[in-house]
Amino acid sequence: MNINTTKVISLLFFIFSAFYLYTAYQIQVFAFDENAPFNARTFPIYLGYAGLFFSGLKLILPDPNTIKVQHKTLEYKKTVILIVIAIIYGATILKVGYFLTTSLFLFSSYYFLGERRWVLMFLLSFPFVAAFMYLLHGVLDIYLRDPFLQSIGVMG
Amino acid sequence: MIEGILIGLTTALTLQNILMVMLGCFFGTIIGMLPGLGPMTAIALMIPITYGFDPATGLILMAGVYYGAVFGGSTSSILLNAPGVPGTVATSFDGYPMAQQGKAGKALAIAAWSSFAGGTLSAIYLLFMAPSLSKVSLSFRSPDYFALMILGLTAIAAFSSKGQFLKAMMMVVLGLMLASVGQDSLSDITRFTFNNMNLTDGISFVLVVMATFAMSEALTIILKRNDPTSAAKQVSLTELGSIKINKEERTKMYKTIPRSSVIGFLIGVLPGAGATIASFLAYGMERNVVNDEEKEKFGKGSVNGLSAPETANNAACSGSFVPMLTLGIPGSGTTAVMLGALLGFGVQPGPRLYMTNPEIFWSIIMSMYIGMVILLILNLPLIPYIARILAVPKNYLIPLILFFSITGIYVMSFNNFDIYLMIGIAVVATFMRLYDFPMPPLILAFVLGGLMEENLRRSLLLSNGSWEFLWDRTLTLCILLTTILIVVWHFYKTIIKK
Repeated sequence: MNINTTKVISLLFFIFSAFYLYTAYQIQVFAFDENAPFNARTFPIYLGYAGLFFSGLKLILPDPNTIKVQHKTLEYKKTVILIVIAIIYGATILKVGYFLTTSLFLFSSYYFLGERRWVLMFLLSFPFVAAFMYLLHGVLDIYLRDPFLQSIGVMG
Repeated sequence: MIEGILIGLTTALTLQNILMVMLGCFFGTIIGMLPGLGPMTAIALMIPITYGFDPATGLILMAGVYYGAVFGGSTSSILLNAPGVPGTVATSFDGYPMAQQGKAGKALAIAAWSSFAGGTLSAIYLLFMAPSLSKVSLSFRSPDYFALMILGLTAIAAFSSKGQFLKAMMMVVLGLMLASVGQDSLSDITRFTFNNMNLTDGISFVLVVMATFAMSEALTIILKRNDPTSAAKQVSLTELGSIKINKEERTKMYKTIPRSSVIGFLIGVLPGAGATIASFLAYGMERNVVNDEEKEKFGKGSVNGLSAPETANNAACSGSFVPMLTLGIPGSGTTAVMLGALLGFGVQPGPRLYMTNPEIFWSIIMSMYIGMVILLILNLPLIPYIARILAVPKNYLIPLILFFSITGIYVMSFNNFDIYLMIGIAVVATFMRLYDFPMPPLILAFVLGGLMEENLRRSLLLSNGSWEFLWDRTLTLCILLTTILIVVWHFYKTIIKK
C-alpha cells in the first residue's frame, strides 16, 4: 500500500494540535481571571483550533504535489551517528568541560563523516577550539565553564 | 533642521566617533556572521564598553555594531543558510540558492550594495520624515498591530510555491505554539512546561532558529549526500564566482531598492515590527510586483528576491530608531537593548530629545551615512575572503556548523536541556523539510507569537471580549481585508484552479 507521508505528517500534526488544545484547556488561571475576556489560556486555545483546522484541511483536501522521497539514496546511518555524537556532546559538555568535549565532538564527527587526514582533523579540532575559546572567553569575556581545564590549572 | 544636521556632523565627524563607527561595523560583521550571535548579543556585549564614552559616542558605536551584525547575518544566511537573526531569514531564500549555483560572490556583492542603498536611503527618509512618522506610528493601536501581524504571517503564504499554502500555515501555527511555551507575560502562569523548570522562560529564539536552519541544514546535507540531485549542488558550492554585478542585474536592483527601502523604513518605524516583518513583506511584495518570468526565479536565486529583503532589513534598522528616539518605544529587540543603554547614560528618549540632547539625535542620523559607507568599503573587498567558508569540505563544514549551533546555545544557557531540545527540534525539522514543509513561516510566527498575544489581549480587553475590534477602525479593517485577499487568492491559485 502506498502511504502519502505528507498526509501522515498532517495527521500527526492534527493529533498534536488536539493534545495541545487539551493541554491549553488545562492551564490553571487565577479565579478572578476565569471569566475575563482574555486570560492565559485564551490564545493557546485559538492556536489549538487553528492547528486542527489547517491540518484537517490538509488531510481532507487532495494533495496535487505529492512529494516522493527516495529513501534508498538517503544516508541515514551517518546522520544518526552524527545525532548520537551531538547528544553525547550535549550530555558531557557541562561535566567534562567545553574544550575537551568540543574538540572530541569535532574530531569524531570528521572521522565518522569519512575524513582520514589526521593532521588536518587534529588542527581543526583541538587547536581550533582553543583559539575559539580564547576569542569567547579571553577577548569577548563570555564565561565558559570548563572543569577539565580548571582541574589541570589552565583556567582559573 | 540645517542646524541639527550641522550639530550632528560636528559630533559624528570627530576622529573618535569615526573610529567607533569603523570598529562597530567591523566587530558587528564578525559577530553577526557567527550563527547564534546576532546584533542583540553583539550590542549587549558592547554596553559595558560604551559606558566609558559620552552618550553620543556610545550610541554611534552601538549603531555601527547593529548595521555590521545585520550585514554579517546576511553573509551567514547566504553562505551557510544559517541566519543568525530573524531579519536575515528572507535573505537566505534566494541568497543561499545563488551560492549553491556558484554565485556566492555575486550574492554577497548584491547583499552589500542593497544593504548600503537601503541603509543610506532610509537615513535620508529618517532625516526628513522622523517628526511626522512618529505621529503616524502613534496612531497605531493594538487592533492594528494584531491585524498587521496576521497580515505578516499570511504574507508568508506568498513565499510558498504552489500547493504549500496549507503546509506554510501549519508551520505558522506550530511557530506560534512553540512561542506560547513558558510563562504568560501578564499573569506569570506557566504554560506547556509540563513541570520542567527549563521551559519556564520559554524556548529561546536562537535555539529555534539554529535548530530549524543551521542544524537541520547540516543534517539534510548529510542525509542527501548520496542523492544524485544534491551532489551537483555540493560541487558548485566550492565555486565563489565573480563579485561583479552586470548591467541587467543592476537594472533589476535599481527598481527593487527604492520600493524595498520605503517598505523597510515604514515597517521599521512601527514599534515592535522591525527588520523581520520588513524583509518578509519586501520579499513578498517584490515577488508580486515582478513579471512572471522573474517570479519563477524566486526561491531559486533571484536577484530581486535577494536585493529586496537585504534593502528592507537595513532600511528597517534605520526606521526602528524613529520610535526609539522620538517616542521612547523600541522598534525592535535590538533597539530595546540600545534603549536600555541610553537610559543607563541618563538620557530619556522621547519627543523632547530633539531639544534636550540634539547632538545625540542628529549625530546618530549622521553616523548612519558614515556607517553605511564604511560598511561597504569594509565588506566589498573582504567578500572573496569571507566566501572562503564555502571552500571548506563538507566533512569539515557540517561538524563546524553543528559546533557553532551548539556553542551558540551553550553560551546562552549553560544547560544540557537546551542542547537536547535543539537537537530534537532539528531532527523533526530535517524530516519535515524532506517533505517540503517550509521553515521560515515557523520562525516568523515564533518571533511574533508573544507580541501577537499581547496585542490580542489588549484588543479583546478593550472591546470587552468582542471581536468587533477587527472592523471598528478603518485602518484595522484595511489590513484585515488585505489579509483576506491574500488567503482567498492563494486558495484560488493552489486548490480551486487545480
